[in-house]
Amino acid sequence: MTHPHAPPLLAIRGLSKAFLGVQALDGVDFTLRHGEVHALLGENGAGKSTLIKTLTGVYQRDGGTIALCGEEIAPRSVEDAQRLNIGTVYQEVNLLPNLSVAENLFLGRQPMRFGLVDRAAMRRRARVILDGYGLSIDVAAPLQRFSVATQQIVAIARAVDMSAKVLILDEPTASLDAQEVAVLFDVMRGLKARGIGIVFVTHFLDQVYAVCDRITVLRNGRLVGERRAADLPRLDLVAMMLGRELEAASHRLAQPEEIDDSRPPLVRFQGFGKTRSVAPFDLDIRPGEVVGLAGLLGSGRTETARLAFGVDRADSGSVTVDGEKTQLRGPREAVRLGFGYCPEDRKKEGIVGALSVRENIILALQARQGWLKPIPRRRQQEIADRFIRLLDIRTPDAERPIQLLSGGNQQKALLARWLATEPRFLILDEPTRGIDVGAHAEIIRLIERLCADGMALLVVSSELEEIVAYSRRVIVLRDRHHVDVLRGEDVSVERIVASIASESPPSPVPPSPVAEVRP
Amino acid sequence: MSMTWLKSAVAATAVVALFAGVAPAQAADGKLVVGFSQIGSESGWRAAETKTAKAEADKRGIDLKISDAQQKQENQIKAVRSFVAQGVDAIFIAPVVATGWDSVLKEAKEAKIPVVLLDRQIDTKDNSLYMTAVTSDTVHEGRVAGEWLAKKTSGKCAVVELQGTVGSSPAINRKKGFDEIVAKNPGMKIVRTQSGDFTRAKGKEVMESFIKAENGGKGICAVYAHNDDMAVGAIQAIKEAGLKPGSDILVVSIDGVPDIFKAMAEGTANATVELTPNMAGPAYDALIAYKKTGTLPAKWIQTESALFTPETAKAEYERRKDAY
Amino acid sequence: MSLSLSGSTRNLPQYGALVAVLLANWLLFPDFFSIRLQDGRLFGSLVDVMNRGAPVALLAIGMTMVIATRGVDLSVGAIMAISGAIAATMTQAGWGLSAVLAASLASGLLCGLWNGVLVAVLRIQPIIATLILMVAGRGIAQLVTEGQIVTFVSPDLAAIGSGSFLTVPMPVVLTVAMLGLTALLVRMTALGLMIESVGVNRLSSAYAGVNTPVILIAVYVWCGLCAAVAGLIVTADIRGADANNAGLWLELDAILAVVVGGTSLLGGRFGLLMSVVGAAILQAMNTGILLSGFKPEFNLIVKAAVLLVVLLAQSPALTTLLPRPRGAQPIKPHPVAPKRTTP
Repeated sequence: MTHPHAPPLLAIRGLSKAFLGVQALDGVDFTLRHGEVHALLGENGAGKSTLIKTLTGVYQRDGGTIALCGEEIAPRSVEDAQRLNIGTVYQEVNLLPNLSVAENLFLGRQPMRFGLVDRAAMRRRARVILDGYGLSIDVAAPLQRFSVATQQIVAIARAVDMSAKVLILDEPTASLDAQEVAVLFDVMRGLKARGIGIVFVTHFLDQVYAVCDRITVLRNGRLVGERRAADLPRLDLVAMMLGRELEAASHRLAQPEEIDDSRPPLVRFQGFGKTRSVAPFDLDIRPGEVVGLAGLLGSGRTETARLAFGVDRADSGSVTVDGEKTQLRGPREAVRLGFGYCPEDRKKEGIVGALSVRENIILALQARQGWLKPIPRRRQQEIADRFIRLLDIRTPDAERPIQLLSGGNQQKALLARWLATEPRFLILDEPTRGIDVGAHAEIIRLIERLCADGMALLVVSSELEEIVAYSRRVIVLRDRHHVDVLRGEDVSVERIVASIASESPPSPVPPSPVAEVRP
Repeated sequence: MSMTWLKSAVAATAVVALFAGVAPAQAADGKLVVGFSQIGSESGWRAAETKTAKAEADKRGIDLKISDAQQKQENQIKAVRSFVAQGVDAIFIAPVVATGWDSVLKEAKEAKIPVVLLDRQIDTKDNSLYMTAVTSDTVHEGRVAGEWLAKKTSGKCAVVELQGTVGSSPAINRKKGFDEIVAKNPGMKIVRTQSGDFTRAKGKEVMESFIKAENGGKGICAVYAHNDDMAVGAIQAIKEAGLKPGSDILVVSIDGVPDIFKAMAEGTANATVELTPNMAGPAYDALIAYKKTGTLPAKWIQTESALFTPETAKAEYERRKDAY
Repeated sequence: MSLSLSGSTRNLPQYGALVAVLLANWLLFPDFFSIRLQDGRLFGSLVDVMNRGAPVALLAIGMTMVIATRGVDLSVGAIMAISGAIAATMTQAGWGLSAVLAASLASGLLCGLWNGVLVAVLRIQPIIATLILMVAGRGIAQLVTEGQIVTFVSPDLAAIGSGSFLTVPMPVVLTVAMLGLTALLVRMTALGLMIESVGVNRLSSAYAGVNTPVILIAVYVWCGLCAAVAGLIVTADIRGADANNAGLWLELDAILAVVVGGTSLLGGRFGLLMSVVGAAILQAMNTGILLSGFKPEFNLIVKAAVLLVVLLAQSPALTTLLPRPRGAQPIKPHPVAPKRTTP
């Protein structure tokens, strides 16, 4: 399409960006060619959004170069990036819903006549532009009247019309249904034919293979690799994203003792699910058993954990605890049943930042006892000191606000909060995310110890080796379905990756992603 | 000849009566219909004004329609429009604010419905938009209170003043009128002045501090309060300081609400200048005179600022307590 | 829970401000600290500060806990008007003191319950939820009094406002009693911890099993009760219920007292005693201005200027700029715990 020796459309070399000492991007290269759709993939914290924000001028890079058609650029703001012909369309359409389609297309650059906005000309041109996208709608109608997909196409049309050469689509399909996705892909193919380079960020592998020419995978702020989509088997892609060399031998810890599957489970979920969150699933967990939940980001693993603790209310199925049917109306009910839950977002949903380590540790126990039966201060101190010692929580004393502790120590304090309640069933969502190596190992050892003590655990993790290490069974999730259960010899990184990478069944649910519903 | 005249007169009356029956606002018996857009019922005085307007209307056989604006001008404008649509004989307005009345008053004027302002004036370039305004003269009220105190103390008195809300027009004017008299009497002096926000609670609090600041109240000859409520609060403060209100410290105030008459009857207050709640009475009289003879009243009908003292207090209290 | 005086250095700005304002009053008015007995009751400007500050102090006690949950209660002034209106109207109608008190306090509890349900169950933002009662409450009070100032002669009820207990004015006694009762309630139970926990992070607290709706409703109910007591005092003091003016704008004074007392509007740690000190600072200023003989036009400006100084003294940004007083350790964040030495 272009001269083979011409510089690529966009060449990013050695891009680095750190936040408060955390390296979000570490010498990342990324190359976008004319007329290609290039998927930018990676799990949480891979650095995708930092890369995009650096490219669009939201962040300023610490190091590295960005060259557009061979010329180095340094966008200072989103507007600046737009002037440099880099347009961005987000999942949440950032247009003005109460203005007309035409006004949105030409906002800030309306055609003028005699010092006034020439509305007739504006509408005329808007119609011409949208015709090019196969969209024949009333351009004078307010944007909000149209579907999200249409709005997104308008946003794309606006970005392209502002002479974009590079178009960044940041999870554009996240709120579209299957048919709308197909329309969007047609638009993308059309733009490709016009030589525009598209950076496509998504969580849906099917979509990657449906529309992308090339794939770049990031992990933990580093470049894992760039491949042609046609040359990269799905399995390898997942392995790249999850950062596991398939050859690496995955060692499993010996499970403490065989668990008799015929024994009644401690917790049994049957047909448990929630519309637009997780499809109904069955799950039994026995005392002394760790069940791992594996899947890509957005596959429904966190949603499963939230349902299991009653944070989100299931709309189908039942829960049986110790052979007794029960209602899971909310976290308080779950705590009463002897459940515990360490959420994925430690800061927002876990710690109570300004309160002391002591108060954080005794909070769940106190909540279960009720406000009328306060735990005496001396007892609080004992409990806190005991767990600080037991879990090796690094803090000068129990009175330090928990927000001043490191992530790993916060996580240990949260575990201590639940252990203080002597739970029977503990749900851990990404217990080792964002914590240093030492604490990481300690938490894994702790999980094993708890399991040996007869506790039942449900652990979500994107660290497959970790899951393999401690799980007796692994449930694999894809597109909000529990698609596979691995047990015994099958619990291995290879099997998990293979299961995640297998093609979606043709019909059951189109990859219609769901807005996360939080209370 | 005379019979024919009589007949046609009867017929004409019948026709008029017929039309009157059609117009919804017209009382069937030919009574005058007055629409009154009242501000609301934010104070006891305001409630009394409404009550008195009703009583005075009954006295004169007038059909009074009251619309409560709940302190909002837009509600008042709506009410006036609705009165115009109903074809009332006159519209009374107690305007919540001074500006923004021109267009709706023009509509009333076009419909040939006379408008009377009660209690407050409005800002307009076109005075013909209303027939007359019935209000008190707040500067004069201050003057009357001052004159009484000057006479009572033979022009020698250290006065503490409880002002109304800072910046409100009654507070400014009542101070102005009183200051005029103080200026005329070299022996009179305002030793302390503070705002009591027209409320009892603040009146009491401010008076407490006055008493402490003026040597336990020994330096104070009288308290002048811009309204009776503050005076009632001040009386309690004086009592609690171990002094006798009404004799150790004289109490003079303005408004004439029942509680001050009660205080006067008990000997704890000395004088009040009445701001009559009967604004509607003079307005009805002007309206009836206009309807009968076509004579336009003066542009400003000033209500009397009558001074009341303990001698008549008991009787006045009995007379008033129901109106409030 | 920082109810105790233990954090004495942290509360230095508040105590300092109170002392400074009192001293300024003394300079303006040398008799400021003189106190004598009048009809068996303490009498003097300092007594006035406590006595007049009582309603705002009471509101501040309730408001402190609401603010600790990251809320705010704008309706306390209106609740004062309602409780006062009920007390005066019932007394005038011949009811006995106990019935009057019960009904009046119940009205406060009910109003608090209303606010609490709006905030905790219907999840309306506190500022909006309580705004409803702030506007409607005064109307309710007016309905009760029929728009008039309802006066009464019952010496029993009046004693709540102008009576005394062991020479101490009743409003001061009631405020101290409410402060003690509230402190006891939050300190002897786990309420204090849960209030702070909900205020710092409602989601985390809920996931830890804290019954967040009940905690939220409880603080609004208690705030309503405090407001009802304040309303009783104001009504008893002037021997009449003024539905239009009772407690008018006092919600803002109460919020200010809480903030001056050092409780953050962002919720979390709260200090009941410090809020009462905050109310005392405000009232000491008011009384000082009244004693000073400044023109009333200056009142608000003087007040604003003094408050600015007090709040600046508490500002973390400023305290890092200025040298610390001896004994007060600057709090340095330690974002990273000591690294482990062995693997």
